[in-house]
Formats: sequence, structure tokens, C-alpha cells
Amino acid sequence: MVKPAHRVITGAHYGLKDWLVQRITPYLMAGYTGLLIALVVVYQPDSHEEFKALFSIQWIRIASLLFFAGLCWHAWVGVRNVLMDYVHPMPVRLTLQITFLVALLGYLIWFLDILWG
Amino acid sequence: MEARYPARRRPKYLNLLKIRQPLPAIVSILHRISGVLLFFPGIPLFLYGMQMLLQSPETFASLQSGLDQPLCKLFLLLATWFFLHHLFAGIRHLMLDLHYGLQLEHARLSSKLVLATGVILTVLAGIWLW
Repeated sequence: MVKPAHRVITGAHYGLKDWLVQRITPYLMAGYTGLLIALVVVYQPDSHEEFKALFSIQWIRIASLLFFAGLCWHAWVGVRNVLMDYVHPMPVRLTLQITFLVALLGYLIWFLDILWG
Repeated sequence: MEARYPARRRPKYLNLLKIRQPLPAIVSILHRISGVLLFFPGIPLFLYGMQMLLQSPETFASLQSGLDQPLCKLFLLLATWFFLHHLFAGIRHLMLDLHYGLQLEHARLSSKLVLATGVILTVLAGIWLW
């Protein structure tokens, strides 16, 4: 017999997607961290102009944005897991989830502005 | 007749502050705590730093002088530890997902390694910073 689904609006999406995202985005972030360390070691930028020049290179901007988008997605899954563990009243959990999602989207726009603005 | 047991002083309920957690549990909860702190205030501070780095020579200079403060350096070092611990504990979790190191002694050894690597690299970063 199939059990009736007790789906909670603030619950997980009952699938592999988020679990997988949480395990794939770290490769993106670790790769970018390695790349950044390598760039700093090779170019040794130590002034505003040199950093600015480094981050004006198109592929570095794109890599940075990919890293940050991965970070935001990873942070979202992680924080949602924490909320599901500790915050049980649905209205509070939903409010916090919306707050964090909006914050993360705001951070993404802020980072876009830093890179291309 | 009811069985009678001698009165023994044993913990009757779960008190997180009185239970001695095994090392893998400590590594795991530190992974969660560091993750939350990297989310907040980590991400906004990272963005603020990136903005100061790239906006203008003036903001770059004030970022430099700000990071020269001993308190800021200490804060940066703490953030470095959170980042490194989260990274290595995360790698450990990925290994466990692939069924590497599931045996008790292996799990204990890997949690020791994770904790030690994070702390050692943080100390090295501290030496480099000062």
C-alpha cells in the first residue's frame, strides 16, 4: 500500500537534486579557490590597479561568478537543512527560508555589481 | 515482585554539555557551525572585502590598513580556520558517501586528520600573516 504523502511546504524537495547539488558545488568552489591562490602566487598583485586588472579579465570574472553562484546554492541547501533540523514551527521556518533566499539573491546581485559594475 | 537495582549515579537525560562527544561528532558539529558562520557573517564580509579591493585605490588602502589591525587579523585567522575545517570535513563527508573510511577506527582516524589539518594550516596562515 502506498502511504499518503505528508509533504511539508518548508520541507526538502524529496529528491536527489539538493543532495547532489550539495556534493557537486564543492568541486566548483574548491577548484576556484585553487585557481585564485595560483593567480595570486603567479601574478603577485599588491596594488588596487593590479587586482583591478586581474579581475577585468573576462574568463576570471566568469569563473568568479560561477564560484559565487555555486557558493550561494551550496549555502542555501546547507542553511535549509539546518533550519529543518532546529526550527519546527512552519511560519517561522518559512519566514527564515524566504529571508535567507532573498539575502542570497541580493548577495549574487551585489557580487555581479562588484565584478562588472 | 519488582526487581530492585542498586541506586547508581547515572545520567538520566541527555545533557549536551555533560556528554563527552566522540571526535567524529565534534568534527561534524564544527562542520555545521563553521558552515553557518561562513554563511553569516562570512558571505557579506567577503563581498564587502571584494568591493573594497576592487572599487578604488582609496578603498583598497583602507582595506589594507583595516586588515593590519591585530583584531582584524585574528578575525581573519578565525575565518580561515572555519573555511579550512569546513573544506576538510566536507571532503571527509564526500569520502564517507563513497564508502571510504566507514569502519570505526578509520572514521576516528579521518576525523583526527581533518581537525589537525585545519588547525595546522590555520597556524601556518597565522605565521604568514604576522
